[in-house]
Amino acid sequence: MTIYLTIAVIILIFVVIFQISKASEYVSTLKGDEVSRKQNNKINGFLMVVFLVLGLVGVWYCNHVLFDRTLLAHDSASVEGARVDSMLWVTLAVTGIVFLATQIVLFWFAFKYQEKENRKVFYFPHSNALEVLWTVVPAITLTVLVVIGLRNWFLFTGAPPQNAMQVEVTGKQFGWIFRYPGKDGAFGKKYYKNIDPASNTIGLIWDDQLTHDDVVTEQTMYIVKGKPVKLIIGSRDVIHDVGLSHFRLKMDAVPGIPTTLWFTPKYTTAEMKEITGNPNFVYEISCDQMCGNGHYSMKGIIEVVSQEDYDLWMAKQKPYYLSAFPDKDPENAKPAPAVAVKSTSNAEIEKPVKL
Amino acid sequence: MSNEAVLHAHSGAHDGHEDHSHEHHHQSFISKYVFSQDHKMIAKQFLITGMVWAVLGGFMSVLFRLQLGYPDSSFPWLETILGKWAKGGHITPEAYYALVTTHGTVLVFFVLTAGLSGTFANFLIPLQIGARDMASPFMNMLSYWFFFAASIVMLSSIFVETGPFSGGWTAYPPLSALGDASPGSKSGMDLWIVSMALFVVSSLLGGLNYIATVLNMRTKGMSMTRLPLTIWALFFTAVLGVLSFPVLLSGFILLIFDRNFGTSFYLSDIFINGVGALPNEGGSAILFQHLFWFLGHPEVYIILLPAMGMVSEILSVNSRKPIFGYMAMIGSLFAIAILAFLVWAHHMFVTGLNPLLGSVFVLLTLLIAVPSAIKVFNWLTTLWRGNIRFTPGMLFAIGFVSLFISGGLTGIWLGNSALDIHLHDTYFVVAHFHIVMGVASMFGMFAGIYHWFPKMYGRFLNNTLAYVHFWVTIAGAYMIFWPMHYEGLAGMPRRYYDYSIWESFKQFQDLNQFISLVAMIVFAVQFLFLFNFFYSIFRGRKVTTQNPWDANTLEWTTPINPGHGNWPGEIPEVHRWPYDYGKDGVDFIPQTTPVGADESVEH
Repeated sequence: MTIYLTIAVIILIFVVIFQISKASEYVSTLKGDEVSRKQNNKINGFLMVVFLVLGLVGVWYCNHVLFDRTLLAHDSASVEGARVDSMLWVTLAVTGIVFLATQIVLFWFAFKYQEKENRKVFYFPHSNALEVLWTVVPAITLTVLVVIGLRNWFLFTGAPPQNAMQVEVTGKQFGWIFRYPGKDGAFGKKYYKNIDPASNTIGLIWDDQLTHDDVVTEQTMYIVKGKPVKLIIGSRDVIHDVGLSHFRLKMDAVPGIPTTLWFTPKYTTAEMKEITGNPNFVYEISCDQMCGNGHYSMKGIIEVVSQEDYDLWMAKQKPYYLSAFPDKDPENAKPAPAVAVKSTSNAEIEKPVKL
Repeated sequence: MSNEAVLHAHSGAHDGHEDHSHEHHHQSFISKYVFSQDHKMIAKQFLITGMVWAVLGGFMSVLFRLQLGYPDSSFPWLETILGKWAKGGHITPEAYYALVTTHGTVLVFFVLTAGLSGTFANFLIPLQIGARDMASPFMNMLSYWFFFAASIVMLSSIFVETGPFSGGWTAYPPLSALGDASPGSKSGMDLWIVSMALFVVSSLLGGLNYIATVLNMRTKGMSMTRLPLTIWALFFTAVLGVLSFPVLLSGFILLIFDRNFGTSFYLSDIFINGVGALPNEGGSAILFQHLFWFLGHPEVYIILLPAMGMVSEILSVNSRKPIFGYMAMIGSLFAIAILAFLVWAHHMFVTGLNPLLGSVFVLLTLLIAVPSAIKVFNWLTTLWRGNIRFTPGMLFAIGFVSLFISGGLTGIWLGNSALDIHLHDTYFVVAHFHIVMGVASMFGMFAGIYHWFPKMYGRFLNNTLAYVHFWVTIAGAYMIFWPMHYEGLAGMPRRYYDYSIWESFKQFQDLNQFISLVAMIVFAVQFLFLFNFFYSIFRGRKVTTQNPWDANTLEWTTPINPGHGNWPGEIPEVHRWPYDYGKDGVDFIPQTTPVGADESVEH
């Protein structure tokens, strides 16, 4: 019912606007087109300044209300992200000045040079000096921004520090799988055709000894404060994206083509709760690449903890191999039966594994 | 082919003198209004089809903004119109993603490509260069009907059982290639590709025609440097389209093979829940993105350049002053057209692309800001010391400049890869491209419609309605898209159906509601324009003078209602550039006026 009422009201308003408009057209014909045109011109010229002033107030008000809800209200949670922030402020300063200057000039000129009875327009078809000026100045400014940007870019995409820990991140519809290399510090090989949703979610090749101590978890990733972490990112199905807004970074997860991303977390989750004043704060991994109907719910959690807490947590994790083959687990008393390893052909093992 | 030959090819041999008039044609309803070969009628067909799509595409955005603004409310009427796609009055995620995808596809291709350059290239090129019609009126007609066919196929995809394509307008595989990964990628995607393929054909037929016409059919005296900037812009637009649309088609053809014939161009190492491991190995999902954005980025300029051209013309006419830096304007259009082909990978900074390659694209992308800056400063200088008439067309032209500045500046943020790595695929991007490409180009289109409506229909649009339309739309556009920058700065991702489960993004619920409300108001106000448009075709105030805006260009030398062939007598000869406004104290000097003996020689 309300919907019909709303539509009726809207139509009514439109009819009123339309009738007024039609009437004003008749009036203008009576007054003479030229007279009414000049009246309209004055009104619109005045509105140009009104729009400029209200617009600038609106820009201020919008910032006033919304700034605290953005990430910029707090420090970046990664060392590298701080560089993104500082670059962002520089870019904001440059573009902000240009924005204010050009918008003010635009609407001010529109107001100031509105049609006047005896104004002589200035025939000014070109000026080489002016055109060179506003070719060269933007070019120089942009060069500065490019230099700052590329220095950061090569840092972000360059090799991580030697002491970086490694975590493999795999996206799937609609969740995240994490793998840690285990005690040997190396990831075992995997092949997607070995994937079994029940016991081998990323298709590890069990014939490769290196897989035997790899730890696989879902949904929550643990990393260490102050220790660079290198993510090796892949996808099991469609393209996803590891979006790390608090760390100011992101990288796509592409099936068949591993990508990498590294950063150094600055604050533990607990510290961020205090910094943001939000007791429910968590580091979230958002999928930032359209990946299907569950895209909006594809959430991962990152727990940033101290080295001790990390070691404690890691000590509790069982290698994935043991959950795939519970009978090999020394905790299960039963002696191991003869090799029950899922057959994996040699050809598949020799296939160059993308890692 | 000469102008006269084109016109008379199907109406018998006349020699184009005063006695020739179009009454000779004896056009039936079908040949005049449906399968018309008159460029002016084809322009109107493109325009009205584009308007239908704009309403549909805009309505889709209202529907998905309802979900974003009021995720907890239920709207029973939604179930009435959408059926199973809005069970219980809630738009389902499937429907949400289908709406977002179709909105994007339709607005980018059908409204802002076909509706904008299709309309104005067809309408203005022959009229402003002094030609009777296009180089090939028949191809021109085909161009519209291929577009119409594309429209029908796209429309039909909305009604298939598994729903229309829902993987985003960029259609990245593997999502778009695998029906098992998303129901929208089943038959809905087949129809989407067919529709897009037809659209590419339409675009090529039109584009080749525009290029041929501009190069070959200019009237006597109309050298390239006497062309109005509209024509230059439409010319570069056509060149961009002709060189880039085939690449998109090739990308789609490979996608069709991957979807239907078991190839692995884009597919590798894929395991689908409930289906298992797919046999495809060795493909690259990123290859599609390169092919797509090789069109996709020039496409942005295909949308923007016609608006820039029309705005340049309208600003100059209504400031009663020459456009400042005519040659610099052409030069910057040319620079933009060249650079448009060299920046596509800035959409792909976070795909894991080689960082060195990425850095080259950063440099080239930020280079585009230079010609863009030249254009903005030249527009501002055109206003300086003018004598401005705020016709509705002029208001929208000024609005375009404002929006182009606002949206263009955020391009400097996103084009810098080290910032993009943070802001990519957030609402910052949504704000950026909607302002600079979406709304700005819509403003260019409105400016063009208001300015050339008297030439199209021999009547004026109602001014009061136009003023209301302008002020509400520009204020609304800023209120919708400006706050989105802040959502982006909070890292809020695009294309999310619901943010309530996200600790990092749920703080914007009230803002989303505000944005949705404004979006609905702005959408409603467009009906004022639509009503004004259709009402004025039949009942608007009649144009009584040949040249209502006191403009210099050739279209205003035709009769008030030009027939097929545009000029009843010979085509006028051109003696000067189109921007002699206020020269030597004379308000305006049409292009057809010979240069006087005592005229100053500037320009």
